[in-house]
Amino acid sequence: MKHILIVANKEFHDGLRNRWLVSITIIFAILSIGLTYFGAAASGAVGVTSLSTTVASLASLAVFLIPLIALLLSYDSFVGEQEGGTLLLLLTYPLSKAQLLLGKFIGQGGIIALATLLGFGSSAAVLYLQHNDVQVITTFSTFISSAILLGLSFTAIAYIISLLVSEKSKAAGFALITWFLFSLAFDLALLALLVGVEQGISQQGLTQLMMLNPSDIFRLVNLAGLDSSDVNGALAIAIKSSLSQGQLFSILAAWVAVPLLAATFIFKKKTI
Amino acid sequence: MNTPIVSLTNVCKSYKQLDVLKSVNLDLQQGEVLGLFGHNGAGKTTMMKLILGVTTANSGHIEVMGVAPDSKEAWHMRERVGYLPENVSFYEQLSGLEVLTYFAKLKGFNKQHALMLLEQVGITHAMKRQVKTYSKGMRQRLGLAQAFIGKPKLLILDEPTVGLDPIATAAFYQTVDQLKSQGTSVILCSHVLPGVEQHIDRAMILSAGKVLAIGTLDKLRRDAGLLVAIKPYGLNGALRQDSQLLKYLSSDNKSDTLLVPEAEKLATLRQILAYESIKDIEVETANLQQVYQHYLQQEQAATSNGVAP
Repeated sequence: MKHILIVANKEFHDGLRNRWLVSITIIFAILSIGLTYFGAAASGAVGVTSLSTTVASLASLAVFLIPLIALLLSYDSFVGEQEGGTLLLLLTYPLSKAQLLLGKFIGQGGIIALATLLGFGSSAAVLYLQHNDVQVITTFSTFISSAILLGLSFTAIAYIISLLVSEKSKAAGFALITWFLFSLAFDLALLALLVGVEQGISQQGLTQLMMLNPSDIFRLVNLAGLDSSDVNGALAIAIKSSLSQGQLFSILAAWVAVPLLAATFIFKKKTI
Repeated sequence: MNTPIVSLTNVCKSYKQLDVLKSVNLDLQQGEVLGLFGHNGAGKTTMMKLILGVTTANSGHIEVMGVAPDSKEAWHMRERVGYLPENVSFYEQLSGLEVLTYFAKLKGFNKQHALMLLEQVGITHAMKRQVKTYSKGMRQRLGLAQAFIGKPKLLILDEPTVGLDPIATAAFYQTVDQLKSQGTSVILCSHVLPGVEQHIDRAMILSAGKVLAIGTLDKLRRDAGLLVAIKPYGLNGALRQDSQLLKYLSSDNKSDTLLVPEAEKLATLRQILAYESIKDIEVETANLQQVYQHYLQQEQAATSNGVAP
């Protein structure tokens, strides 16, 4: 346990030193405060917009940004150390591969989680001060905790990439492709299925397919509770599905645990 | 008491089709310094990785301090092993002190220990600077400090003197001698370097995964049958009249250099010293470089003759 914390501490401080924490927090804060105030600008009004509009816009932005940031932060986590020779060195230390992986995950995941909390939490605070409504807190806690899980999930996915390739540049390429697949291509494919397939797929089937993508689970979690007028696209259909928030959260958590386990397995098999 | 620190028995390792190590045997005693020599790709790094337990042998038996290095029981062994990899680039954005503190903590030591080691390798003045500003020699010293964490019982050093200036090299060998006297076993892996001879007890010469020779330098020299070069000054052709010395005279005939087998060295020297006219004498025993080349050439000849596969 001590070893995990030593690694986690080092990774977390790397995140601070490289200004990751500050930049991610600022990006999230500007986005969320901006959307909170100017989200309704299109309809001609400036000021704090309705809670559901704000969260809907935040979620649709975060779903692109968070995976990208998590992948960027972590794609070189292992392949970078492998290229530098420190991975080989660390493995000669009294430190197991699982400990090293978990330590890195806690450290880098901590950066993502803290940045998400601070960045989006700031707009939650602004909204709460304006509305003085407890609903703000509950909605935002759902939003922030699912956003953290989404970030952690892509951190774990980034580790898989980082452990499978042998060059940093390749890892960067694969990270980009992964982001594209999960954030854009998957939904396009779903839409194509909806429109193109003769019989059409059932609402149930569509929802089940969406469970294959952590980004979509994140969308479902955050848009399910909102006025349907703020939600459009293929999602609107899936939202009327029967999955509860608790179920969605568990599946999202599984999207953190399974890639992390897979990464550990790959690491154990890997020869340095 | 006399159980070896490292023991390799018939160890073979191959990556896919390629045999990297072929039936290697080695016993390294406590306080012994072994020089491991070979070209790139001879299998030196693989052998070190096997001893460190980072990879697993295909066959054969490896024991380090009584445990298999790739087993779960090797945990405590790893605290007592120091390793300097070749070409390691430490976390560039951290300072030297931060890097060393991180590694020290992973071995259960604190910042104080790291400070002490930085002083030992002589980079205290730069310890607050980022590693990316370090020269090659300073990086190498940082790597050495890292290998010295926790007074290891076994040190495995891959090209330890690369990038070090002569003074730092001397200081490094002094440290090795000191550690040796404290009972640390050292495996020094290198291309053949001048100056390494005095600091190793035994040498192992590897080529294409095969052990060509292992033993003390004296033994290797004797086995190789390499000749001692004796160069007397001031004899003015007297050498050519002495039938006993004439047979040793170097065939190039230009210089008065005698090439004498190790066993005849003293007798020949006495004979030469008996000449009144002698002004000076140079005696040069075959150095490591020559021993190394001898064994490699022998191997090459054997391979091309089809004696060895």
